Amino acid sequence: MIIFQNVTQVYNHSTVALDKVSFKVQPGEFVSIVGRSGAGKSTVVKLLIGEERPVKGQVFFGSYEVNKLKSHEMPEFRRHIGVIFQDFRLLSKKTVFENVAFALEVAGRPQKEIIEYVPQVLDMVGLRDKMGNFPQQLSGGEKQRVAIARAMINRPDVIIADEPTGNLDPFNTWEVVKLLTKINELGSTVLLATHDKEVVNAIGQRVITLENGKVVKDEENGRFIIG
Amino acid sequence: MIVTLARIIKFGWKSFTRNGLLAVSTISIMILAALVFEGLILFNVVGKSAIGAIQEKIDISVYFKSNTPEDTILNLKKSLEQLDEVRDVQYVSKDKALADFKVRHAGEDTVSQTLEELDVNPLLASLNVKAKDPTQYGAIAQYLGAKRLADVTEKVTYAQNQVVIDRLVAFMDTMRRAGITLNVFLALLAVIVTFTTIRLAIYSVSDQLQIMRFVGASNSFIQGPYIVEGVFYGIIAGVVSFGFMVPIINFASPYILNFIPEIHIANYLQSNFFALFGYQLLFCTGLGIISAFIAIRRYLHA
Repeated sequence: MIIFQNVTQVYNHSTVALDKVSFKVQPGEFVSIVGRSGAGKSTVVKLLIGEERPVKGQVFFGSYEVNKLKSHEMPEFRRHIGVIFQDFRLLSKKTVFENVAFALEVAGRPQKEIIEYVPQVLDMVGLRDKMGNFPQQLSGGEKQRVAIARAMINRPDVIIADEPTGNLDPFNTWEVVKLLTKINELGSTVLLATHDKEVVNAIGQRVITLENGKVVKDEENGRFIIG
Repeated sequence: MIVTLARIIKFGWKSFTRNGLLAVSTISIMILAALVFEGLILFNVVGKSAIGAIQEKIDISVYFKSNTPEDTILNLKKSLEQLDEVRDVQYVSKDKALADFKVRHAGEDTVSQTLEELDVNPLLASLNVKAKDPTQYGAIAQYLGAKRLADVTEKVTYAQNQVVIDRLVAFMDTMRRAGITLNVFLALLAVIVTFTTIRLAIYSVSDQLQIMRFVGASNSFIQGPYIVEGVFYGIIAGVVSFGFMVPIINFASPYILNFIPEIHIANYLQSNFFALFGYQLLFCTGLGIISAFIAIRRYLHA
């Protein structure tokens, strides 16, 4: 379970990014966090993956209190989360296979398992035939599918996607949405931070709406409506 | 643990082979640094040999009055040998001095005729004294100039050569200090340039380090491959720079030999080949490891 409890985040001592934000996400849920640019969506993601610590409040992820994790505890914690970013963030000097395998290698998984499992996941995202390619040889949609494969290879408890369709054309956008839905159906919690109205409305699941760093709406089967 | 280490080495090797241009530029800088390092070692060797050769030429001679008994001279030789400052004392008897003189002036008829006309050997017996350190000649001269020896000694050459010896000592001292300063300065410069190059190389992939952290890589997994890469850079730079150095030394050796006959740098290289190669490798790999270690540290806690 993910819990945000009265979380406040302030940048440069004056810019309030999040203001006493509280919400819970149950295991297996698909939650979209929506809002305009600057509403605080990415801050929620950063706090959840331990990239930032809140000024006030607590962030829980399962048994972890994320805001209190020490730097040497972070790697182990992050292996429970798969993260997908708008700018893909692939390792440019590694092939598609190596990018996906990297998540297993850092977790110390045996080589046999890696050789067996990586092609299966790449098959799921439709990139088995591009295993030997480097990221610069892929289209935007393909890069994002590699990022999804990398995020899901460890069978994480949660997949966090921060504007994953922001750099994609409509066709690839729906491919990515379909994959996220599939991952959710397989049992992982999915947290999608986006400002893409059509995507959110098509998914038709829980929607948390942020405005100026505050939660203004939290609806089951919600829609992206900003007044 | 072994699996992690094997993976770190694998990542380091792959990164090394895939970073073509970056690797070439970093290795080139390291080669220059290694050449400076090796040059400094050889400079030290040449400098020390040259100073040693000059030192060997400095001595102090005490000449005895012609009526001084040989026993007295030999007693003085013994007492000189017991001084801490003295390295070696050579006794040159009157006969030996005459024989040496004749050899030196063989073929000079005037000199031979003059000697034949003289009934007695005009040359004086002497002791040639070498000090352990050139700065100690003053103390030895003082010992030899003592009043108790005034009756037997004719002259002590130190007084005549004092200015030259003192200047030489001062010159050698300056050379030594300048050598050390130059060594430290150049070595520091080489290390800074190499360190900066590796730091820039790592800076260019700093975004990749952040990605690794998000995927759950531990610090050793992030840092390790770059250190391994530094080792590969170091090995190649060490081998290539040594490969450059060998023909340079062989080429320069005869010229140095002409200038200072005591210094045979090619022989020095031959007899210290593996030690020099080892130093070179150690210097380069050390430079690679330390530079990568320091350069990457700042990105690990970001």
